[in-house]
Amino acid sequence: MIEVNIYRFNPETDKFPYMQKFNFEMPDRDIMVLELLNSLKESDPTISYRRSCREGVCGSDGMSINGKNGLACITPVSEVIKGNKLELRPLPGLPVVRDLVVDMTEFYAQYEKIKPFLQSDTPPPNQERLQSPSDRDKLDGLYECILCACCSTSCPSFWWNPDKFVGPAALLQAYRFIADTRDTRTEERLESLSDPFSVYRCHGIMNCVSVCPKGLNPNKAIGEIKSMLLTNKRHEAEIIASDGGGRS
Amino acid sequence: MVGHLNKDNIHTLEFDALIVGGGGSGMRTSLELAKSGLKTAVVSKVFPTRSHTVSAQGGITCAIQSADPHDDWRWHMFDTVKGSDYIGDQDAIEYMCSEGPKAVFELEHMGLPFSRFENGRIYQRPFGGQSKDFGNGGQASRTCAAADRTGHALLHTLYQNNVKEGANFLNEWFAVDLVKNKFNEITGVIAFSIESGEVAYLKSRATVLATGGAGRIYASTTNALINTGDGLGMSLRAGFPAQDMEMWQFHPTGIHGAGSLVTEGCRGEGGYLINADGERFMERYAPNAKDLAGRDVVARSMVLEILEGRGCGPNKDHVLLKLDHLGEEILNAKLPGICELSKTFAGVDPVYKPIPVVPTCHYMMGGTPTNIHGQAFSSENEVDNEIPGLFSVGEAACVSVHGANRLGGNSLLDLVVFGRAAGLHINEDLKSGGGVEEANIDDIESALYRLNKLNESNSGFEVAEVKRELQEVMQNYFGVFRRGEFMEKGVQALVEIRDKCDNLHLHDKSDSFNTNRVEALELQNLLEVAEATAISSLKRNESRGAHARDDFPERDDENWLCHSLYDPINKDLKKRQVNFEPKTMEAFPPKVRAY
Repeated sequence: MIEVNIYRFNPETDKFPYMQKFNFEMPDRDIMVLELLNSLKESDPTISYRRSCREGVCGSDGMSINGKNGLACITPVSEVIKGNKLELRPLPGLPVVRDLVVDMTEFYAQYEKIKPFLQSDTPPPNQERLQSPSDRDKLDGLYECILCACCSTSCPSFWWNPDKFVGPAALLQAYRFIADTRDTRTEERLESLSDPFSVYRCHGIMNCVSVCPKGLNPNKAIGEIKSMLLTNKRHEAEIIASDGGGRS
Repeated sequence: MVGHLNKDNIHTLEFDALIVGGGGSGMRTSLELAKSGLKTAVVSKVFPTRSHTVSAQGGITCAIQSADPHDDWRWHMFDTVKGSDYIGDQDAIEYMCSEGPKAVFELEHMGLPFSRFENGRIYQRPFGGQSKDFGNGGQASRTCAAADRTGHALLHTLYQNNVKEGANFLNEWFAVDLVKNKFNEITGVIAFSIESGEVAYLKSRATVLATGGAGRIYASTTNALINTGDGLGMSLRAGFPAQDMEMWQFHPTGIHGAGSLVTEGCRGEGGYLINADGERFMERYAPNAKDLAGRDVVARSMVLEILEGRGCGPNKDHVLLKLDHLGEEILNAKLPGICELSKTFAGVDPVYKPIPVVPTCHYMMGGTPTNIHGQAFSSENEVDNEIPGLFSVGEAACVSVHGANRLGGNSLLDLVVFGRAAGLHINEDLKSGGGVEEANIDDIESALYRLNKLNESNSGFEVAEVKRELQEVMQNYFGVFRRGEFMEKGVQALVEIRDKCDNLHLHDKSDSFNTNRVEALELQNLLEVAEATAISSLKRNESRGAHARDDFPERDDENWLCHSLYDPINKDLKKRQVNFEPKTMEAFPPKVRAY
């Protein structure tokens, strides 16, 4: 028997959120947190959470599991249980809609802001655009993001400025298009991130890396963006300096 | 949702076109319409990238002449017709295979991160049922892949391009029922916002069902929890037919216990199945294609191995998929997602040990019958009558390119080719004045009936219990092998389950993100699909493709070289002719299907 504490909040009936305790009889095999939740929901159908693929590819069931963000469907109870207890809370930093369901509007807005689609100024050929395997390899570790929001909602910088700091998930995607040799808008993409907030609010806390259920490294992508921005700045400065020299 | 819902206390939102479902097919349709300037919306019960297309792994099959510059879409067409066990419509298959390359190149131009060959072209791998030269030239490599995450890459690419085109989404809205007027035209749907409980009549001149499959009618399936056949449930309740519902694909390699899919691409890359004796048994069942025979053939062979006592594990209830001989480098480069899934759900690292697998319900070949423009139809006296206002695409539809057995990699192609075709057609039709008449108050209220009844329930049956009962009946009586006497029992059991589904108890009556309500409505959709499946299976007295009957083990072309058309009003089965008239070539005549 294990003790499961679940964050409960229904805006229609609850003035404040509360933790509800359930005693759960573990089956004789290890199960995923999602399976546990599904069983609890059979006895209490009012528990609300999102879920879809149940195999870690759709990104629906991100939640805080014993204090660490993860996907319920690929997190075995045995790996996270502490002192026979399991605590499930909604992803931190976003408004709670109900129970374990958060309002992801701001998270999606940041994703849309980085223009998450290929932009090319060359007309498409009759076949596919060619790309060498080594150029394609540059997208590995970037395109696999499932938009579960585990990273962005574990990031203190995102908690403080969810409207202005793009956040690790969307920055990873920003870099996915910067790194794509088929995309021709690198300069424009970098320019749109050059303000003090969009990317520079990342202070390398690395929570994003430690929670990503797909093993991706947004911090590395952010580092690449920062260094490209710096190179650009230096380049600009050099141009200005040489221009200035010419005029004087 | 307080009180009895009627036309006056719900909102009406008007659209030119409405797409129910935000997976691959729905988003390909919406992409076409977003560019058209028509007022459209995608109604999706999940944020679009959570749709089940995301789980597709191995690839999208298409003769793009990359792996083989001499490849020919006609060879792909031959394979697909043969794979369908000759009840795929040849005009539709011709359209899909010939339009395919354009659709795949379009995806690449949109940014889909396909894997590449050294020359920079799209990587293609061998998949089951593929041949060169109309079956005479050996195994083809025709499946375009983004590692083993092709569905994820495709779905995200389509969503991204919908964002780019400014498509309109009603995310986390659940469509309850079709609104049908007195002329039998579809004028939109009743739907509600899952987040707020707001109910609305989404009125539309064209309604596209892109709601995917319904694998959750079975206890064991590779399908996402959301695959509950909502569109088909709605159209069956509205009295419209469903085609070829006995045809369910059991994928040979679902992870034993968990049900998660292990792509056919594993066998394409050189993996193979072994039994308890370590024997590569597919050599006995399909001497030429071996592990890359049609999925139905491989699934049946596996079940026979298990039934004959050569299954693996303490219960001898599965076989093994061997991959370790491919080496760590290939596995990490070509099948990284599988390595991850196998470690998570089977506790096995395929670099060192084989994966325990078992045939698992995977794909619904049947669905709402449509023509190649996605236009749904009903049939009377062997004449197809279009249903004004109603369209369907993707797995929810039966166009029919898959017939009695779908080939691997053909479903992603189906999504983009027919999603695009439906979008083009609707655009043209609406701009030239097409549309439907109004629905009246009664029409709208009958579409609210189910929701009202559920909201007003004070007692009744438990959703979770009835769902489990339904899934067990389907699993036990309508699995890989079927027999008349058992199916009779199954059909009887479903009569009782229908009664329970009509009397469910909704515990939670609240408006905010009420998943109890969603699951109850989904269960009623599952029931419609299950019943159509059960009755169609019982009445097709032959074995063809995925429909394998112990009591009728042979294919019977004399009586059953035809589609089945399930009529939900009389709960009866009609026959419908298969199309043998492709436009640009001679039809492929039925032959013995050997691999």
